[in-house]
Amino acid sequence: MKKCNGAEIFIESILKEGVEYIFGLPGAVLCELYDKLYDSPVKFILTRHEQAAAHAADGYARASGKVGVCLVTSGPGATNIVTGVATAFMDSIPMVAFTGQVPTNMIGDDAFQEADIVGVTRTITKHNYLVNDVAELSKVIRESFYIASTGRPGPVVVDLPKDVMSAMTEFKYPSKVEIRGYNPNIHGHPGQIDRVLKEIANSKKPLLYAGGGVILSGASKELLELAEIAEIPVVNTLMGLGGFPGTHKLFIGMLGMHGPFCANMATNHADLIIAVGARFDDRVTGRVDKFAPEAKIVHIDIDPSTISKNIKVDIPIVGDAREVLKELNKKLREIEKELPDRKKWLEEINEWHSTHPLSYSKTNGLLKPQFVIEKLYEHTKGKAIICTDVGQHQMWSAQFYKFEEPRSFLSSGGLGTMGFGLPASIGAKLAQPQKTVINITGDGSFQMNLQELATAVQNELPIKIAILNNCSYGMVRQWQSLFYKGRYYATDLHGNPDFVKLAESFGAVGMRVTKEGEVDDTIKQALNMPKTVVIDFRIDRDEKVYPMVPAGSPLKDMIID
Amino acid sequence: MKHTISVMVENKFGVLARVSGLFSSRGFNIESLSVGETTDSTVSRMTIVTRGDDQIIEQVIKQLRRLIDVIKVTDLTEDNFVEREMVLIKVNSDSKSKSEVLEIVNVFRGKIIDLSPRSYIIEVTGDSEKIDAILGLLKPIGIKEIARTGSVAMSRGVKKG
Ligand SMILES: Cc1ncc(C[n+]2csc(CCOP(=O)(O)OP(=O)(O)O)c2C)c(N)n1
Repeated sequence: MKKCNGAEIFIESILKEGVEYIFGLPGAVLCELYDKLYDSPVKFILTRHEQAAAHAADGYARASGKVGVCLVTSGPGATNIVTGVATAFMDSIPMVAFTGQVPTNMIGDDAFQEADIVGVTRTITKHNYLVNDVAELSKVIRESFYIASTGRPGPVVVDLPKDVMSAMTEFKYPSKVEIRGYNPNIHGHPGQIDRVLKEIANSKKPLLYAGGGVILSGASKELLELAEIAEIPVVNTLMGLGGFPGTHKLFIGMLGMHGPFCANMATNHADLIIAVGARFDDRVTGRVDKFAPEAKIVHIDIDPSTISKNIKVDIPIVGDAREVLKELNKKLREIEKELPDRKKWLEEINEWHSTHPLSYSKTNGLLKPQFVIEKLYEHTKGKAIICTDVGQHQMWSAQFYKFEEPRSFLSSGGLGTMGFGLPASIGAKLAQPQKTVINITGDGSFQMNLQELATAVQNELPIKIAILNNCSYGMVRQWQSLFYKGRYYATDLHGNPDFVKLAESFGAVGMRVTKEGEVDDTIKQALNMPKTVVIDFRIDRDEKVYPMVPAGSPLKDMIID
Repeated sequence: MKHTISVMVENKFGVLARVSGLFSSRGFNIESLSVGETTDSTVSRMTIVTRGDDQIIEQVIKQLRRLIDVIKVTDLTEDNFVEREMVLIKVNSDSKSKSEVLEIVNVFRGKIIDLSPRSYIIEVTGDSEKIDAILGLLKPIGIKEIARTGSVAMSRGVKKG
């Protein structure tokens, strides 16, 4: 068999994994590898910061369902991806991050640009590897893609020492992966599924609480079926948005801290909660001991460690959401006729909805962010991929854009990483070139990775960046306003650049909107232009995200406005 | 409650750090941890003694199982099991206490494995309670130093664990 060096094996291996794009930034220890990339069909997307490479790979994974890949150099390159890896970890995103490393004989010597990235990322990866023998390389790559994409997905870091890239060996790609400590449980326990069936048949006020796991496992169709067969209303977590059609009559919105009144009231009054691929995060439950006080709780999740972690579960089912729902639906169909009618329950929810709909007031003549998002929704018919950053704009997007399809709302839910949105949009646009991709961001978040405008322009990616510019770290300012007597501190951003000129300096198009009347035309123009566009929406600084459940309070204690 | 957990892991570098890191990053406490190879040289066995209520122990076990390099986790406490720990104890030797020390060592079926003009080193094996007991008795005589191995444990009978 022909011998190849580590760099060639790397390329052969990722081609076997079907990798189309690598996001990254080069450096000394990986020169051999970059030289081999020169001749390969893999498309390399050069970012302007390694954090962005990681977020772009993550955005690519979220939009496509495939494993996202990034490649960065040792030391500072590697430490720069830490936030991106942690972001993917918290949201269970399949990603493989390759980092360069100093030669094996120098590891531990505090060599130039050495960082123990395997040590640093141990608790923010699903698994990680230091490859210290070229003979192991293809096996490690095979395993890392397998681990990243199966079970509860997550990021894997693979550290590649310089000498391993030039060492020679025969290339063999393992056809099978066998890891004795890793066998995710896919099929739910039939006995447990039968118990859920009984609960559904007996429940008067059932509620589906669907999270990101529905999207990760591709279970949207099955979720819709379940809801329709048994007439169960659905609430989504932030990560679950798009997993159930936002305009469906059984959809009642996002629950938790900024969920609409009806979604949180439904949770509070339900007698049965079926959690699917969700993990009872504190932003969702509010005060834990007051969460869903009336309800029996069913929890369907692939990761046994999420079960009964925050909330005591009555019927756990460990398995892949799609497989479990398929089984459940099959059995439900057999008893469809016997299922109770939910008319009263749905009326009750409707009543909450009509007394306290999501709303905002337009009285003061200033541009309202919610209005902008409604317009973005109208112009894209709910079919765009929306990437957000973190803050008020993220919550308004979740509330006012109605997501129709899975993988259309990309947001850092678990870690809450500002600076995620723009690089994630780049990854998403490459994954779904035919879709409109919009980064809804804040003036604060945008400035955390705005250098990536260069990446978007260089690759001619017509993504649209809608800055809801309130000249402040709005979400923090909102907390200061509500809970700290308006003592605004460290939240004012009056040093902001002129975002229009900034965009132009990158070769992108810059636009500005200050009045409601300009919104329609500007959005239309931006969407029709095959260019990277930045729109600076000057919004009302004092607009807040409502309703709001103060952190640690029961869900029913919402501040309405 | 105290739990003794047996963890079979891949015998690779970095695995100990993953396991101990899991405990520290989640605020779980480790009372003792011991590691050694098994009859299969690619597998090591860790015996971890930890404390916590049922919910914490359940989480500890689930989190351990989540680690890719962990092959099998068994909470031995749920079952009938034996547990042993070894300790080396250096005590002062003077003529006054000599017979008392020898008697204690005898009762605990320990051994004196080193003798010098100023001190003895005693080796004792037993469960943690026995070790605590001998340490309690020797303390008034003057313990200079101790080294405990931490528990190793195994379930009784044929069931593997
Ligand atoms: C990297 C990072 N740093 C700090 C925070 C804390 N934080 C949460 S929201 C927020 C303000 C966000 O401001 P902006 O992006 O302008 O959005 P707005 O809330 O104004 O819509 C801050 C600082 C965070 N989530 N991420």
